[in-house]
Amino acid sequence: MAITAVAFYTLATITIVSAFLVIAARNPVHSVLFLILTFFTTAGLFVLMGAEFLAMLLVVVYVGAVAVLFLFVVMMLDIDFAELKRGFLSYLPLGGLIGVILVAQFLLVGSAWVSPENAARSPAEFGEGGTAEALGRILYTEYVLVFQLSGMVLFTAMIGAIVLTLRQREGVKRQNVATQVGRRRTEAVVLKDVKPGEGI
Amino acid sequence: MEIGLGHYLAVASALFTIGVVGVFVNRRNVIVVLMSIELMLLAVNINLVAFSQFLGDLQGQVFAMFILTVAAAEAAIGLAILVTYFRNRGGIEVESVNQMKG
Repeated sequence: MAITAVAFYTLATITIVSAFLVIAARNPVHSVLFLILTFFTTAGLFVLMGAEFLAMLLVVVYVGAVAVLFLFVVMMLDIDFAELKRGFLSYLPLGGLIGVILVAQFLLVGSAWVSPENAARSPAEFGEGGTAEALGRILYTEYVLVFQLSGMVLFTAMIGAIVLTLRQREGVKRQNVATQVGRRRTEAVVLKDVKPGEGI
Repeated sequence: MEIGLGHYLAVASALFTIGVVGVFVNRRNVIVVLMSIELMLLAVNINLVAFSQFLGDLQGQVFAMFILTVAAAEAAIGLAILVTYFRNRGGIEVESVNQMKG
């Protein structure tokens, strides 16, 4: 039990500190790297709770796709980082005020909150195959329609991203199959009668 | 010292607060705003998974998966908009996004 507590507090501390550094870092590249660290430690928290499939999904989807996408965009756009950070201090009072209000609300709720009666003292175990099997059973039977719909959401996002970023550039030579195929011999080849010793 | 449901909810609320503050503090940098939104969604996911595990009900984890899907789609679309905006304006300051005001 002590090991669980030590692991929890270590992971939770790293999660919160790196999440804070995401919004406080000067360089957006560092922000993205701290975001990746946050995702990793959160995956550790999920494993601690016993949700190992969600933890794996978090690493694959968030770290493997979303964070790398962020990293690509941050590195490809030529951004003046110092210029972006200039307004940081002027917005700090507003952000700090909202943060204090939010923390006060959470403390208010937390002081009045009692753990639900049916809450277990330790995380549940779902079957012998772990959460992956149990999750598959429920996902492909009860939630199959929502599952397909989430596929549609991803499809729409893919098409949207392609349409948004596709552009027609001027002066780019492209293959035109119709003109290629429609070429006739008369317009493509010129026969010259070259006399010996004179050249063309 | 037993780690219960409340501990995980505390971590999630801290993460959510950081996300909200991040949206307000980094007003000029859209990329960090998008990352703050990701942090908030992550906090929600921690909540859902914690409740799901401690109440012994898998529906929360199914929901967390769908949130993960929507977060990935949102990040892709947001970054695509960002790239298009950068191409048109040559910068990503949020403050200058006022062309659509009437």
